[in-house]
Amino acid sequence: MQFPFNKTHESPAGPRNLTTLKKGETGILERIDMSDIDAQRLMELGFLPGHTVTRAHAAPGGDPRVFRVDGSEVALRRETAIHLILR
Amino acid sequence: MSDCHGPATATLPLPEISGKQHIVAIVGPPNSGKSTLFNRLTGLRQKVANFPGVTVEHRMGRAKLGHLREIFVVDLPGVYSLQPRTEDERVTHDVLAGTMKGLPKPDAVMLILDSTNLSRHLSLAAPILSLGLPTLVILNMADDLHGRGGEVDAAELSKQLGAQVVLISASKGTGVEKVFEFLNAAPQHLPPKPPLLQLPVLQDVPKVRDWAANMSRRTNFRAPAPPLWTRRLDGIFLHPVIGPLVFLMVVVGVFQTIFAGARPMMDAVANAIQISGKWIEGTMPDNALRSLIVDGVWSGVGAVIIFLPQILLLFLFIGVLEDSGYLARAALIADRTMARIGLQGKSFIPLLSAYACAVPAIMATRTIENKRDRIATILIAPFMTCSARLPVYTLVIAAFIPEKPLLGPLFGTRAAALLGLYLLGFLAAIVTARLLKSTVLKSTRAPFILEMPPYRWPTVTSLVLRLIDRARVFLRRAGTVILAVAIVLWVLANLPLHDGHAPAIGESVAGMIGHAVEPVIRPLGFNWKIGIGLITSLAAREVIVGTLGTIYGIEGTTHSMGLQAALRQDLTPGGAAALLVFFAFAMQCMSTVAVVRRETAGWRWPIIQFAYMTVFAYVFAFLANRIVSLWF
Repeated sequence: MQFPFNKTHESPAGPRNLTTLKKGETGILERIDMSDIDAQRLMELGFLPGHTVTRAHAAPGGDPRVFRVDGSEVALRRETAIHLILR
Repeated sequence: MSDCHGPATATLPLPEISGKQHIVAIVGPPNSGKSTLFNRLTGLRQKVANFPGVTVEHRMGRAKLGHLREIFVVDLPGVYSLQPRTEDERVTHDVLAGTMKGLPKPDAVMLILDSTNLSRHLSLAAPILSLGLPTLVILNMADDLHGRGGEVDAAELSKQLGAQVVLISASKGTGVEKVFEFLNAAPQHLPPKPPLLQLPVLQDVPKVRDWAANMSRRTNFRAPAPPLWTRRLDGIFLHPVIGPLVFLMVVVGVFQTIFAGARPMMDAVANAIQISGKWIEGTMPDNALRSLIVDGVWSGVGAVIIFLPQILLLFLFIGVLEDSGYLARAALIADRTMARIGLQGKSFIPLLSAYACAVPAIMATRTIENKRDRIATILIAPFMTCSARLPVYTLVIAAFIPEKPLLGPLFGTRAAALLGLYLLGFLAAIVTARLLKSTVLKSTRAPFILEMPPYRWPTVTSLVLRLIDRARVFLRRAGTVILAVAIVLWVLANLPLHDGHAPAIGESVAGMIGHAVEPVIRPLGFNWKIGIGLITSLAAREVIVGTLGTIYGIEGTTHSMGLQAALRQDLTPGGAAALLVFFAFAMQCMSTVAVVRRETAGWRWPIIQFAYMTVFAYVFAFLANRIVSLWF
């Protein structure tokens, strides 16, 4: 069973990641803390280090969330977004 | 999303492509308009095929080039790169490299890119150009690009890339003549010149992306303004309160349409079958051949064809939802709920479709890229209460449950029983999904990634082509598998002949088989007649109703009774409950088995699924019989 809303993952002291972006907020991606294959897939969709990411809409309840990146919109679950670290 | 799937699979006679035929492949990222262009080029002259041993499908079609000249066009799955990581990427890579079994290396490539998102989509040009095949780079959605104030210099891009570049709008048809020109000259094309910018190391995504950015900068690419309408519509469809309401309305709408909306059309088809059957009966002499055609073929195949309107209506709905871009939003909204049973948002629409029929639902799982999630969805889909169960439920409920009002006049005991059966199937699906996802199909950690394409108007051509294709596949199955079963059944029910006459049903081969299985099904409260029905219903669930009708019609004692009264003679209340439960859980549907085999590219999953569902059904039918027999 998955707990997409398990807030315990989100430590306020931890590095800033995509889940910390509020709606309409923009950040610059620093790195993707995932396996090479997953990171490459995300990069192909536009999640490239050094590029800006803007948080857009979300599903009801706030998960998954939509991010505007490199000319398109991509939805990620919290469990994934937490591994995309911002500068 | 509509790019990489849609029509159902058919075996394509590949040997057609002999030495002289030329093949051109269409490649592009998802949502670049690949299918729209493919439909423009080939129209109805297209088929869907699977490569041997893989579940990825590709579409193959013939583009007419004027005077009797044709060229084969193959539409490959949508990909962002040619790194063979996923099966889609591997297939695309292998086809273009010429190493795919059953398909010669293409003579040329058409690379289609979304011009409104050129900087990113150009990344795919690097690996494609490095293949060294003659390439046409198609910048699609030109109307959208210009409409939102974007710009690109196609001639300059052509110079930079060393390949032909055209700017078109596949949905409007502008510029498509230039694509035809390229196809016309396909046999004489020369390999591309090396691009002005050195091609980057292809495995390094950021480097490729930088190369693409450089390219688009050199060709004066001006990115269009953000898609205003998409943002406005998302403000509604993904609104925290309005969004779920719209979603609910869509779901109820789909549900209502496939049930109530399709009813008049289904009745019309049923009438047409009945009338034509009567007509055949009237024109033919009373002999075995007439009986075979009318009782065997017409009623057997007819029972299945009745579902055609429902299936087409469902696919019209899915087509509109998908082509418009709403399906991605629906998947986003449903994701959280589906995650609780270990699945994901993209499983939602296939499971909803399964309430009409598991066959199109299983085909619709092609939108799920994650293979384990897709198989899990396929495995639980037949638990959803499909419309073929309704005739069985209706008959048994009407025979055994007296109608009493429960909540007002509209919701009585019978409606409650029906609702309970729907819930039962749903619960079985959830339990099975949890079981699968926590054991054999535990998700690889592949992240859930869902692209939100801009909203677009669905094109009539693409919707119509999709429906024609569905109808074709469905009717082909009705004309082969189901026809064969109907004939075999009829023969078994009419053999061995006694003095040239068909035997009493109990002494026929079918009857003997019924008697043979009786010991196995007696614990459920079923006798040999129900046994025959269970066997015939392997073809399709609702066939049991017709079979019982035939058996009781032939039999002396029950001859004059109605079907319900005759059934009450044969089943205890416990047996009736067991029959309902058995039909709720068992995979009594050959079409579903066949489609699962095709979609999972092998017999392994359909066999496991069939065994699991049958055991599940048997155990719970046994319990239902025991428990209900305690009271009645």
